[in-house]
Amino acid sequence: MPGLTSSQTVGPFFHEALLRDGQTTLVKPATQGVRIAIEGIVTDGAGAPVTDAMLEIWQANGAGRYDHPADTQDKPIDPAFHGFGRAGTDKTGHYRFETIRPGAVPGRGNSLQAPHIAVTLFTRGLLLHLTTRLYFAGEPLNDTDPVLALVPDEAARRTLIATPVAGTAIPTYRFDIRLQGDGETVFFEI
Amino acid sequence: MSETDNSEIYSDVPAGTHPAYASPAYKSTILRAPSRPLIRLPQTLTEVTGPRPGAETVGPTLADFTKCHGGEAVGERIIVTGRVLDEDGRAVPNAVLEIWQANAAGRYNHPVDRHDAPLDPHFDGSGRVTTAEDGAYRFQSIKPGAYPWKNHHNAWRPNHIHFSLFGPGVATRLITQMYFPGDPLLPLDPIYNSIPDAAARARLVSTFDIDVTQPEYALGYRFDIVLRGRHATPMEQ
Ligand SMILES: [Fe+2]
Repeated sequence: MPGLTSSQTVGPFFHEALLRDGQTTLVKPATQGVRIAIEGIVTDGAGAPVTDAMLEIWQANGAGRYDHPADTQDKPIDPAFHGFGRAGTDKTGHYRFETIRPGAVPGRGNSLQAPHIAVTLFTRGLLLHLTTRLYFAGEPLNDTDPVLALVPDEAARRTLIATPVAGTAIPTYRFDIRLQGDGETVFFEI
Repeated sequence: MSETDNSEIYSDVPAGTHPAYASPAYKSTILRAPSRPLIRLPQTLTEVTGPRPGAETVGPTLADFTKCHGGEAVGERIIVTGRVLDEDGRAVPNAVLEIWQANAAGRYNHPVDRHDAPLDPHFDGSGRVTTAEDGAYRFQSIKPGAYPWKNHHNAWRPNHIHFSLFGPGVATRLITQMYFPGDPLLPLDPIYNSIPDAAARARLVSTFDIDVTQPEYALGYRFDIVLRGRHATPMEQ
């Protein structure tokens, strides 16, 4: 049996190779669902912005179906939505995506997961990427979500909840990521 | 997922394969590694599925880095080939590999790279390939030079090529680096040595292969990449 290949850091020089125009916009004109934006800043253990991070997001479509052969649910695929986005952070550690609010997807057993987005973070100084999840403030299903229930500490759980930003053209949710220290984001081993 | 669902889930990562987040010999980890233990998330549909980005997202296939902007890159030509497999030895077809590296002088085509070594107008140093049905990939490039990186006194990265891979799911996502055999900088490199398991470390070193080597043209290196394998067990516990 071949041995698993180890992870190494993405380093600081990935931008030309990995980032391209259009990767932060997951929606097309024909995409079904409620348009939203997601934005935030990534900070380190000293509270300084992480200016050379790359975030990837993966989500279900508006009906709660993943565009992937392992999702065999009887729900419609949206040909105008794949569900993958990628963004680099800028000089202030800021990133932004334009997407749709995902539908709820099933969890293990007979559970139902609250609408959420998988977030993967790469940066210089991370020898292995970090995985977290973005949930939406005010979503009633959050109270019964089986993954949020894995995080008993209320303050820690709050790091997984994106909050509405007032006065924006399209509904916008703020999701900051703190790598280390006060308010450290909850990261998952998957 | 219903109770009768038999979706496969990805097996645990063997201890010592991936570096610890907190690896202080690599200084950038000191303020960036999480201080709290990760919370184990039993995989759901979210983690077993994952992006399969097409050319419109990651760009078109580019498997020859040696000719660029109307000319030939300077340096020792190399051919890099291998297979992407899972831990059960099964080929991973249609995996997108994104690849980037320094030029022969050890300089990246990147505004943040301040190394006082020449840029090569005919070398961008990045590309993309997709694995075939048997998991095979291949590209040709220039052997990357070593470069200084200020992590500690007289710190030099060994020659390396960066690889980013989309396997079948979020749980198989991998970014890694390929090294070259016999590099004297390997024992001194905190990034390479952050991998606890010596056998796992050694697997990141490509092998020279005379059969991949193309006469009168380029040296051949072989580098297989292994993604997490699947348990054919139900998701339900
Ligand atoms: Fe590098």
